[in-house]
Amino acid sequence: MVAEAGLLALIIALCLSLLLSIFPLVGSYTGNLRLMNQARSLSWGLFAFVGFSFLCLVWAFITDDFSVDYVARHSNSLLPVPYKVSATWGGHEGSLLMWVLILVGWMAMVAFRSDRLPPELSARVLSVMGMVTVGFLLFTLLTSNPFNRILPFPPEDGADLNPLLQDFGLIVHPPMLYMGYVGFAVAFAFAIAALLGGQLDTAWARWARPWTTVAWVFLTLGISLGSWWAYYELGWGGWWFWDPVENASLMPWLVGTALMHSLAVTEKRGLFKSWTLLLAIFTFSLSLLGTFLVRSGVLTSVHAFANDPERGVFILFYLMIVVGASLTLFALRAPEVRSRISFSMASRETLLLVNNILLTASAATVLLGTLFPLLLESLDMGMISVGPPYFNLVFVPMAMLLAFALGFGVLLNWKSGSVKWLISQTRWILLVSILGGLGFSLFYGDVFAKHFLISEVLAMALVLWIVLTMGRDILNKTRNARAKTGMVDALKRLKPAYYGMHLAHLGLAVTIVGVAISSGYSSQRDLRMTPGDMVTLGEYQFRFDGVSMRPGPNYTSDYGSVTVYENGRQIAVLHPEKRVYTAQQMPMTEASIDPGLTRDIYVALGEPLGDDGSWALRLHIKPFVRWIWLGSLFMALGGVVAISDRRYRMKVRQKVNALRPFGDEGVASA
Amino acid sequence: MNAVRKQRLILVLLLLAGVGLAVALMLFALRENINHYFSPAQMAAGEAPVAQRMRGGGLVVPGSVERDSESLKVSFRITDGAGEVTVHYEGILPDLFVEGSGVVALGTLGSDGVFAATEVLAKHDENYMPPEVQKAIDEAHPKPGYARPAAQTTVQRELRSLQDGS
Repeated sequence: MVAEAGLLALIIALCLSLLLSIFPLVGSYTGNLRLMNQARSLSWGLFAFVGFSFLCLVWAFITDDFSVDYVARHSNSLLPVPYKVSATWGGHEGSLLMWVLILVGWMAMVAFRSDRLPPELSARVLSVMGMVTVGFLLFTLLTSNPFNRILPFPPEDGADLNPLLQDFGLIVHPPMLYMGYVGFAVAFAFAIAALLGGQLDTAWARWARPWTTVAWVFLTLGISLGSWWAYYELGWGGWWFWDPVENASLMPWLVGTALMHSLAVTEKRGLFKSWTLLLAIFTFSLSLLGTFLVRSGVLTSVHAFANDPERGVFILFYLMIVVGASLTLFALRAPEVRSRISFSMASRETLLLVNNILLTASAATVLLGTLFPLLLESLDMGMISVGPPYFNLVFVPMAMLLAFALGFGVLLNWKSGSVKWLISQTRWILLVSILGGLGFSLFYGDVFAKHFLISEVLAMALVLWIVLTMGRDILNKTRNARAKTGMVDALKRLKPAYYGMHLAHLGLAVTIVGVAISSGYSSQRDLRMTPGDMVTLGEYQFRFDGVSMRPGPNYTSDYGSVTVYENGRQIAVLHPEKRVYTAQQMPMTEASIDPGLTRDIYVALGEPLGDDGSWALRLHIKPFVRWIWLGSLFMALGGVVAISDRRYRMKVRQKVNALRPFGDEGVASA
Repeated sequence: MNAVRKQRLILVLLLLAGVGLAVALMLFALRENINHYFSPAQMAAGEAPVAQRMRGGGLVVPGSVERDSESLKVSFRITDGAGEVTVHYEGILPDLFVEGSGVVALGTLGSDGVFAATEVLAKHDENYMPPEVQKAIDEAHPKPGYARPAAQTTVQRELRSLQDGS
């Protein structure tokens, strides 16, 4: 009965979303305030019904209701309870329901905060989100109903959750990622509402900015959680594979990052207006494209759950409608929001433009690499695959240019500046950075010739460049106040948005450190080891102590022991495992990691070889690999700090009539 | 040229430079890093180029896996039902490398007809069939169930059991 109640709630939600996409929008054109105000209650109703439906599905999982097809396919009575809950979004139908739940959750939040918006704007924003919801609810109900029953003969036990997904990473990774993906629907709805109204001012940008930033924060966390999960769960020791599904999440992130920066220009200077709208449309479209790629079965990977061409066609049509309609609207209305404000070449605007060009260009290269094989295959021109070298070759140089431009962009002021001033500010920093990069490669590797890697030198120079220009900027921004009140007070007077910006940029520097050092100086060995064997890798010695059998709750495990010594001193005992999950008889490598701030020691079991107890082992030393994810935490934290800025709450309340002149934020020019 | 026009021109040039750089990089990178797929039948018939990086894939022939007793060297044969090719690999095979199931290998074909793999992939799910392998098998057997030679039925039975997920 619970499953039926869940289905009924979904159908009611569909009706509500249909009402929501029509009436408030009509109200916003006829000036009918009552119709417009319906948007808020409809959004809350929608959230309540979808939330109830989701809880019904969770309930079916917890109570092992294997007469529900979806539960039978993704759970098992032996599965530990936390994984039963997370199995709710472990398959296609459930993760789609979660997508819808998060979408209406965002809507409820917008509705909650909508008393600060003009009624027309909030009605239109919610209506547009209602239309997006209609599409996804229809998709769920027509092609991917999670509440289907297997009657009259339900299986006695479920097929179990894919062992790869029985992990803490999976409990949090999808919700985070979806919060990000779907969060860009808010920015999209704001953009469409601006186009519908033909009005785009500083106040609009100030409303849209925090939503975009929050979505970006979630997407950043979601992607880095996914990368972390792949690192410790897949047993290869890699953290990014340029897998099409990873690319599907990276593309909206890149364009979303561009959007965040472009929104800053729109808010501060009233510029890049139509470009901002276009980016908002693209970001959400890429999120949808990601969904299409992952859900349609065009791609095969751990994320592609069920391959059903009908679903692919549905999403493709949906994507075409969304992109087609919004781009048509853009073409018709964009000329009305154009701005004519000039700025000098050496200004922050120019550098943010460079930022946007580089970010969108890199998203385009990723898109090309991801879709090219599909395109050739669909044209029957042969089967190819585009390997990681392609992505590294095109993506890394652009990322480096971006980091270089970042330093200038941070230092420059809005509107006007001079090249001469910029050179005087940066020439020493540049020199120190290059020397620092060279010095790093000299001192870090044992042998200069062997470890001289040009990309690592460049990367470390860029890290210094980012940090030093940041320091210089803080000194510049506190110069006057420092003379009067001292450094501490001067720092206190800087705005949260300013600190948020620097924190996020610092995060980029930290991530670059992790990527550069771990890709340049990792050491790895795959080898055959018999119990008692010792092997040396770098300054570490590994002793293999054999493998024993151990039972788990729903698996049995070959439990290995490896003792690690550093220069003769024991520092860790690692237990890599090879598990076989009972229900699916599926083998799984469980790597064992000794984590550290400056290095990870990573051991994974390969396969048993022969009768003497010898195994294939994979040993890795990964210096600074943790910094990759640490950096993304900094970025996310930076986003959170930035939106804590009071101007997003207070001045919004002062309404549009109190529109202040641009650039009055003083030093807070993030 | 007035200031606004000059500015706009510079912006357009910047944009073009960015796009140009991106396109040049992409084309260069794509030319160098595309791996074409060849089926075991194509390799066996000598239709695949020698000493060029490519992907090959098929079902691992049951009983063909041989391990070296001292190192991680391993050799096995893969088939699409129409031809077989021997693969040499040194390293750890993926979890789901099982005799009779589908794998994709990256590497080069030697003049001796042996495929030297640098990477062997089997996917995360036991029901999964690499699309290339599936296609090659489909092409090798255009009409399943019609006049099947005895040698091919094993492959097909395995294929079917793979698809059924049993």
